[in-house]
Amino acid sequence: MAQFHQVFFEESFEGLDAMESGLLNLDMGDVDADEINTIFRAAHSIKGGSGTFGFTAVSDFTHVMETLLDEMRDGRRKVTQQAVDVLLGSVDCLREMLKAIQDGGEIDQQSVSKHQMALDSELNGASTAEPMQLPAQHETVGSVAITSSQPFGSEQISGWTIAFSPHLSLLKTGNDPVRMFRELATLGDLTVTADLRGLPDIYQLDPEECHLSWKLDLEGNVPASEVDEIFDWVEDDCDLAKQPIFPDQAFTHASPVSNPPTVENAKPAEIAPVSSQPVTAATEHKDAKKEESKAAAKGSSSIRVDTGKIDTLINMVGELVITQSMLSLVGEHFELSKLDQLKNGLSQLERHTRELQESVMNIRMLPISFVFSRFPRLAHDISGKLGKKIELRLVGEHTEVDKTVVELLSDPLVHLVRNSLDHGIEMPEARLAAGKPETGTVTLEAYHRGGNIVIEVSDDGKGLDRDKLKAKAIEKGLIEPDAILTDKQTYELIFMPGFSTAEKLTDISGRGVGMDVVRRNIQALGGNIEIISTLGKGSTISIHLPLTLAILDGQSVAVGDETYIVPLGSIIESLHAKEESLNRVVGRGETFQLRGQYLPIIRMHEIFNVTTAKHTKLTEGLLVVVEGQGVRCGLFVDDLLGQQQVVIKSLEANYRRVEGVSGATILGDGSVALILDIPGLVRLANQ
Amino acid sequence: MATILAVDDSASMRQMVSFTLKGAGYNVVEAVDGVDALSKAKAQTFDCIVTDVNMPNKDGIELIKDLRAMSNYKFTPMLMLTTEAGMDKKQQGKEAGATGWIVKPFNPDQLLKTIQKVLG
Repeated sequence: MAQFHQVFFEESFEGLDAMESGLLNLDMGDVDADEINTIFRAAHSIKGGSGTFGFTAVSDFTHVMETLLDEMRDGRRKVTQQAVDVLLGSVDCLREMLKAIQDGGEIDQQSVSKHQMALDSELNGASTAEPMQLPAQHETVGSVAITSSQPFGSEQISGWTIAFSPHLSLLKTGNDPVRMFRELATLGDLTVTADLRGLPDIYQLDPEECHLSWKLDLEGNVPASEVDEIFDWVEDDCDLAKQPIFPDQAFTHASPVSNPPTVENAKPAEIAPVSSQPVTAATEHKDAKKEESKAAAKGSSSIRVDTGKIDTLINMVGELVITQSMLSLVGEHFELSKLDQLKNGLSQLERHTRELQESVMNIRMLPISFVFSRFPRLAHDISGKLGKKIELRLVGEHTEVDKTVVELLSDPLVHLVRNSLDHGIEMPEARLAAGKPETGTVTLEAYHRGGNIVIEVSDDGKGLDRDKLKAKAIEKGLIEPDAILTDKQTYELIFMPGFSTAEKLTDISGRGVGMDVVRRNIQALGGNIEIISTLGKGSTISIHLPLTLAILDGQSVAVGDETYIVPLGSIIESLHAKEESLNRVVGRGETFQLRGQYLPIIRMHEIFNVTTAKHTKLTEGLLVVVEGQGVRCGLFVDDLLGQQQVVIKSLEANYRRVEGVSGATILGDGSVALILDIPGLVRLANQ
Repeated sequence: MATILAVDDSASMRQMVSFTLKGAGYNVVEAVDGVDALSKAKAQTFDCIVTDVNMPNKDGIELIKDLRAMSNYKFTPMLMLTTEAGMDKKQQGKEAGATGWIVKPFNPDQLLKTIQKVLG
């Protein structure tokens, strides 16, 4: 069974996510039956699966949730905010339980019983006319089974006489009397007597109908429940009468001694098999636990890929194979007349390789909804805690981002959204007083722009107060009291270490982790973050990130024998410097004038000690104007070579960190080229 | 050996059922919901259907009703996998033409026993 656990956990976590978003979407005033049904189905599946795989604690817990949801689904129970909150809490609890089981850890019993109590009291609350249901299914079944088998179970009986008259339609349910008799015969000695009186004339006989009835004599001390179980499925499709035979009532043709195996089976107070199952499954589970935790540890770095993407990939490979065989055919007996064919094949090869590369990269791409999906819950919880009215809008959830970015983006985004909810959006009264709608809106938006993905967190809250920001920064000694700052610079203050805009810390905006950490995290991903704010109207924080961390659009430049890759996104323009635009500014080294701005020049051959440089005179080589973290400068290089996508290889992993270089790549001819880290290079040049 | 159609929207349950039955030598085809199952049942004839009840698109009861109406599934054993302890689902299933049911949670042995019961 253990081999299905991983799948079970995966689908259960998915189910919990579906329950959560479903619960959050419920509109108290106008409950959508489909939505409730979806939530119910998720709970139902988790219960069924956990029962089957032996996680009884989970299935018992889910059973109560399911009952509650079932009543809501049938309209027997009103959907209240309180009930939804209790259910949301239970979803969390369930998630923790499943995680604990998956990791082979202990379930937090305290938390479980707390939520169980909340559920029970919700279930037994006044909003239902139904009598209270028993908390666990097996107890219900168990007690029923005991009462029904009580009259005969404890007494010795020597057999049963059963009169079985199927209705005409019995065969149409796929049931077959012969099969049932065969089963009865496994319980004890069986004598079957058919009653042919119901059989019509052969011309009127419908072979699809059942016209026979039977008298069955079963010998042995067989519990009633076992006999009932065999007829369980056909109860409504037949007339059934069964009579126990006690030892003193002599069988017409039977000895009073029961079969030994039957005696063994017939324990007093036999409980239906359903009820005894969770016990056996639980022991099984103990053995499976170790293997299971091993499997869980392995599962963490897997990725779920849309089958469509795999299909594309397979298609691409197919094309590649065709091109390859075509090329080898051309190459086998090559003559000059085939040159066109060869060229053709090579260009096809190039195209297919590029497409293949794109498809492979695409596999790493996940929709940003993986990150966004946790926010509705966050907004719901926080607005409840703060007494604010907040609507969270998600835009562009299907925008795809590299898996690594998705993983690393999560924490910074939580911080930003919390800030907006906590500090941005005002209390309802304050909003009304300011002439704004009572409900504040926080928007999370993702979209592609150029080679970047942009993620924006915006709110229509109170915005940042520039004077307050400045005063605070002066108070904290972050800037000089007489500093003159532009609007942009003022807002940037919130990203400085040790700066917090909240007058007092709440438990919602995290302690200790400031916006400076957020910015550092984003920069570590190769992105940048900026903020625009209008006092009284709200703020927008934009994060710009590269689409992927594994591949880069680069411009290769030549410096002597060396080739360097400049990230295409950081290049503004390239030009030949004219003598009159060049300058030496004291303390700033060489500069050149570009449309009224003086930009520092970085001589690549000097910084990287390239002795073979073709040009050392600034007017002869090329200046590549680049921008890194808001600072522009000109890189002096010999020549531009071409643009290409390069696969980034980490220098740190293979060598060590080098200032001004963010990584390396291998070029078509097999040589290594360094990828320039523009901000680092600018820093280096300023030293 | 008999060919069985296993229908469940939950992948873990489906795999468990399929694995158990294949282990016992049956041929198994999986379907993810009632609609999927119906199209598969039209493409080939199965000796037995094992279906979950609560599924999106087309639930197990609807599926059984549709299958029963097809001439080659008139007498085919069809089992519902149900967690519903209450009689209403079983009743609905019976009315739709289900042969019987297996109450979840069940273990592979119980499943096999039940399948052997209907397939002989």
